[in-house]
Amino acid sequence: MEKMRYSGFQVLLNGLTGNKGWRPMWRDPTPKSEYDVVIIGGGGHGLATAYYLARKYAITNVAVLERGYLGGGNVGRNTTIVRANYMLEGSSQFYSHSLKLWEGLERELNYNTMLSQRGCLMLGHSDGQMDALARRGNMMRMQGDDAELWGRDETRRHVPYLDFDNARFPIKGGLMHWRGGTARHDAVAWGYARGADRRGVDLIQNCEVTGFRIERGRVLGVETSRGFIGAGKVGVSVAGRSSQVAAMAGLRLPIESHVLQAFVTEGLKPVIDNVISFGMGHFYISQSDKGGLVFGGDLDGYNSYAQRGNLPMAEHVAEAGMALMPMIGKARVLRSWGGIMDMSMGLAHYRQNRH
Amino acid sequence: MRLKCPLCGDRDAREFHYRGAAKLMERPEAGAGEAAFYDYVYLRENPVGANSELWFHELGCRAWLCVSRDVSSHEILSVELADAVKRGQA
Amino acid sequence: MSRLAKGGLIARDRPVRFRFDGRELTGFEGDTLASALLAHDVRLVGRSFKYHRPRGILCAGSEEPNALVKIGEGGASTPNIRATTQEIYQGLIAHSQNRFPSLRFDLMAVNDLMAPFFSAGFYYKTFMWPAAFWERFYEPMIRRAAGLGALSGAPDLARYDKGFAYCDLLIIGAGPAGLMAALAAGRAGLDVLVADEDFEAGGRLNSETLELDGAPARDWLTTTLAELSSMENVRLMTRTTVTGAYDGGIYGAVERVSHHLGDAPDAVPLEVFWRITARRVILASGAIERPIAFADNDRPGIMMASAVRSYVNRFAVAPGRDVSIFTNNDEGLRTARDLVAAGIGVVAVIDTRADVAADDEFLHLRGAEVIATKGRLGLREITVRASEQTRGQTRGQIQRIKTDCLVVSGGWNPSVHLSCHLGARPVWREDIAAFIAARGAVPGMVVAGAACGEMSAGAALGSGLAAAKTVMAALGGKVARLRAPKAGEEGVKISAFWHVRGGKGRAWLDFSNDVTVKDVALAHRENFRSVEHMKRYTTLGMAPDQGKLANMGALAVMADLTGRSVPETGTTTFRPPYTPVSMGVLGAHGRGVDFAPVRRVPSHELARELGAEMVEAGLWMRPAWYPRAGESHWRQSCDREALMVRQRVGISDVTSLGKIDVQGPDAAVFLDRVYANMISTLKVGRVRYAVMLREDGMVLDDGTVARFGARHFVVTTTTAAAGEVLRHLDFCAQVLWPDLDVMFTSVTEQWAQFAVAGPKSRELMSALCDAEITDEAFAFMGCGEVRLGSLVARLFRISFSGERAYEIAVPAEYGDGLVRLLDQEAARLGGGWYGMEALNVLRLEKGYVTHAELDGRVTADDVGLGAMVSAKKDCVGKVMSQREGLVCAERLQLVGLKPAGASKQLLGGAHLFNLGDEPVRQNDQGHITSQCFSPHLGHPIAQAMVLRGRSRIGETVRMVDHLREVQTLCEICSPVFIDPDGGRLRG
Repeated sequence: MEKMRYSGFQVLLNGLTGNKGWRPMWRDPTPKSEYDVVIIGGGGHGLATAYYLARKYAITNVAVLERGYLGGGNVGRNTTIVRANYMLEGSSQFYSHSLKLWEGLERELNYNTMLSQRGCLMLGHSDGQMDALARRGNMMRMQGDDAELWGRDETRRHVPYLDFDNARFPIKGGLMHWRGGTARHDAVAWGYARGADRRGVDLIQNCEVTGFRIERGRVLGVETSRGFIGAGKVGVSVAGRSSQVAAMAGLRLPIESHVLQAFVTEGLKPVIDNVISFGMGHFYISQSDKGGLVFGGDLDGYNSYAQRGNLPMAEHVAEAGMALMPMIGKARVLRSWGGIMDMSMGLAHYRQNRH
Repeated sequence: MRLKCPLCGDRDAREFHYRGAAKLMERPEAGAGEAAFYDYVYLRENPVGANSELWFHELGCRAWLCVSRDVSSHEILSVELADAVKRGQA
Repeated sequence: MSRLAKGGLIARDRPVRFRFDGRELTGFEGDTLASALLAHDVRLVGRSFKYHRPRGILCAGSEEPNALVKIGEGGASTPNIRATTQEIYQGLIAHSQNRFPSLRFDLMAVNDLMAPFFSAGFYYKTFMWPAAFWERFYEPMIRRAAGLGALSGAPDLARYDKGFAYCDLLIIGAGPAGLMAALAAGRAGLDVLVADEDFEAGGRLNSETLELDGAPARDWLTTTLAELSSMENVRLMTRTTVTGAYDGGIYGAVERVSHHLGDAPDAVPLEVFWRITARRVILASGAIERPIAFADNDRPGIMMASAVRSYVNRFAVAPGRDVSIFTNNDEGLRTARDLVAAGIGVVAVIDTRADVAADDEFLHLRGAEVIATKGRLGLREITVRASEQTRGQTRGQIQRIKTDCLVVSGGWNPSVHLSCHLGARPVWREDIAAFIAARGAVPGMVVAGAACGEMSAGAALGSGLAAAKTVMAALGGKVARLRAPKAGEEGVKISAFWHVRGGKGRAWLDFSNDVTVKDVALAHRENFRSVEHMKRYTTLGMAPDQGKLANMGALAVMADLTGRSVPETGTTTFRPPYTPVSMGVLGAHGRGVDFAPVRRVPSHELARELGAEMVEAGLWMRPAWYPRAGESHWRQSCDREALMVRQRVGISDVTSLGKIDVQGPDAAVFLDRVYANMISTLKVGRVRYAVMLREDGMVLDDGTVARFGARHFVVTTTTAAAGEVLRHLDFCAQVLWPDLDVMFTSVTEQWAQFAVAGPKSRELMSALCDAEITDEAFAFMGCGEVRLGSLVARLFRISFSGERAYEIAVPAEYGDGLVRLLDQEAARLGGGWYGMEALNVLRLEKGYVTHAELDGRVTADDVGLGAMVSAKKDCVGKVMSQREGLVCAERLQLVGLKPAGASKQLLGGAHLFNLGDEPVRQNDQGHITSQCFSPHLGHPIAQAMVLRGRSRIGETVRMVDHLREVQTLCEICSPVFIDPDGGRLRG
């Protein structure tokens, strides 16, 4: 298949000819009997893994097996925040590297993922929280990422619509990470998919893995709803189903699956410029390019595979939103949904710095 | 969600605190060693379907409950007092 | 004026004045904004989202995609209100949205000319060069153009409320099916709640010219509503939309209490969010009529047939003078008859069905399609093509028809949304070419009426009654002898016809998001063929109406293109809320101080009298410092208070610390298992500092354990962890060791407790208590009861400051009394109150830890408390605390820091580096957890977590704070800055 490059010129040209010239983003190949690498899960991480195997390591005899549709995992049901403002060993470096990948991704993929580095602001509500933000911000700076520690006045200058005085937990300041922001979540999945497909990776949708074929401790391939597929190596990238897929290979994971809700309002003219998170009330918010306020909060708190949550957390999140920025009262929630988070047991023990 | 607390009756889930898998009832003996405790603290079956789990009626009678719940549909299958379940095992 | 001379449910004797885009207009009570605008021939009411196309009123209900307006002005305005549901009131002010400079002349309409280049997903393919232009230029441009209405930016000060409601039976929808069910269940004595989003109950009975039992349907409706309102066990809630189905029979609902009142009394909320718990539910939510896609089908003047019948029959408004109708089912002819009966001219009925019997009353073009329309700001003409040979038409014959209103009916989509909120998928019914709710989709829910495909009023009534009987069979209600009224026959013969093929121009599927048939075809061409891909790529169904009108048509187009059937193509997921819910009402009581409850300490009143600054500690408000005359900065007060404790005596309210009373024969054994250190060896009348671990080996909390008897202990927790610790103790007692005979309860609120610290603390306590407080009776870490007159108090000789100190606890009702006594006695000794700031200074000087150090990631050994973990017994967390990675030397350990360079500034959150090392991540040696200025020592001090810290006492390290651009040298030292051997403490 001839490879099509996207550009403003192409959009113009196709617009003049009835948009008849656009070609499929990816093929729908019939699975081969064997691949060097099989990746289970066609979500963001599965597609990215396939793409980088092909692009960076020239490993192209690769299949991505997806039970549903490409990009239908958590990459398609999150709140689109991109950031490198983590503190602890491991996650900090991971996100730092990840943000750098984002920064060149659009040109690399020739696909506009709409990365918008509008800044992520974490608010602090006590001296202790400000110290914790300082520790985090210093760590970010120490590894070459950006961070600014704002006092109350500076915070007010940037986001004057927050309730600084009346809130139950007054705002002492915040940690601003300007390179953080948002991106179009579906676009990154599709961009990676297109990039992987062009390099010969087979993206196979509607193909559910039902088991592993393992002999003498070595995996030979996977059983699927479309027959056995041999594999030299198998990668598993199935957030929300990790425990089940691992169990098919006889592994038990230190994971519990939880539901995390997210919400979007009707479209509104620009009113919130940054990504803002309210640590005290478990609330974070940004505004999408289409104008919807996209927001969320904490896990519902119980194990779930249902991809939907319940009212107590939905209400709590909205209450926190009203506490933080009462100007959003007249915005109306258009849709709520849930994603399944495979939470490591260590994280379940993590708790906020507190007094 | 609503849970039927054996002591208080049918109550909204917002009265309860969720802890996790009911496997936490089976704490290893002190001498069982690190591997047994690692399994106890970290490893989970995390099943799809019926899950045995512990809930605490924190804003009610303060009873710990052993709940069987379908984690795909959130249907509550059974609720028992955790201490009664534990004693039954003893 | 298009107001009909008679008919309708409007109160013609009660005119209502309102304004739209500055124009003064008059309607009647009973009008919606939409009906009142139509009565004035206002057809252009808004601009579309992407192309800024002129748009008019399409529907008569909450599904309206076009007529979104701003209500009110200034800070209290509300954007994106559907004109079709907003009742008018005296003085209502409405504005159109998403246009500049005016509705008739909108500059952004240039987008419509650019439409060929703005096809689905075009933005993914461009705007990538030059790199910096996306954020500086393209994106701001897109953001400004996007969005519909605007928030005012002012805090929303409207009153919102929440409520809980419980019922045997919740009936969603008060149309024929819902009311019939309510009547049956109400008579059977069930506790019934009926919710309807309209402001008039009755559903389509208000909008149709139906007969029931040979009389106008309105008669039956009036009688039924009267009977229902006379029943105490039935509550009918109008203006109430059930927005979501949740687990356990819980439903969310929004009641719009005063949106229809211009001037509501202060106590009346704008909206109420209801959490309804129902044993059973009847979903009688009706159906939404669907459009047909054809070229330029979005012009003002093109309306849904059911909406037109509403406007004519309910609101007595003529939607046009020469009306044409485009239909694929019997609703078209029904509408034509209603129009003629109201004296409105029908110029043509264009029926896609060729095989239907001709109706000679009208120009009935069978087997025909509308292929084009004209009239930019309002419909003027349509072009019709005969696709079949019927009555004098030849195949392919084109005719133009002058018309100012085109009525469209493409069949019905049952409102299955709530039945799908728990994850069920609807099922396809071929005879009505629609999805209906699956049986058992939501536990306890029965679906009735049009929502389950019973499209005629007669069938709906019967199905409502049957649903009520099903519910009563389950709940045990007595079935009353009741029959559904007889309705005239009304067929809804439908042919599945979704879009006109081969027309020129764009055919709209999603009016809200400007998605056309061509966009779906493009998605197909680019292999976005699953419904989810189509939705996400074209944005179809993601707009304010969430695809209520659009989704089916788009599925059908995609099904055509892929050669699959509609049910094979499948649906996207239905998610709450059914209609949008304001943040204000979902977050009611979140604003301001209402967000979380406030807990006050017993000395709160006195602290206020003394002018203390308060600080939040979890839910508690605690005094932070007590400014005195001449003190303008908090540090002045804090330094004075800290020195006062070191030199004389200070008092502090420590009531917020968690207090748990533990009793029982096995109390000591129990505490041995939950605390890391040994408790059972503690003697009666003694106190021990104790540490609790989590099972993973990390520190959970610290506090004191006091023994008041062989079987009686009082333990304390930190303020923030009080709830968590009690929960943990309950877990241990009930889940791990139910065989232990131990009982405990929180007594935090029952005891008011105060710390009295300083060299003169004994003198103060002696003055306060009946008997002198001696060191024999109360040695360091002693406890016991003392008398203050008739009052028995508890006294603890414990210290969090390093000074000789006591904590005295009295029953909470004596708290304020004791506060005032303490205040007097302290003043007499030259002492007084100290707040949280001084408390923090005192504990840092002495090297005690708080949650700044115990952040959930440290072991007891990390903070120097390793020796407290008893080797002689097991406890929660002991085994895991001995894991290799937790006992190795390469860990951050608690140390003290003092300045060693020119700059004395120590900053919390700053990191530490070896001298000469680059201040980068790989060289990180630790960080400062807490710091303060020590007035006792005269310089800043800090606690820090430092790599192998305890072995590095005396080393100099560099503190670097990149954020605040501060660097200084400091010396690692013991965290105990004063009185390391405890002489002051023991006295």
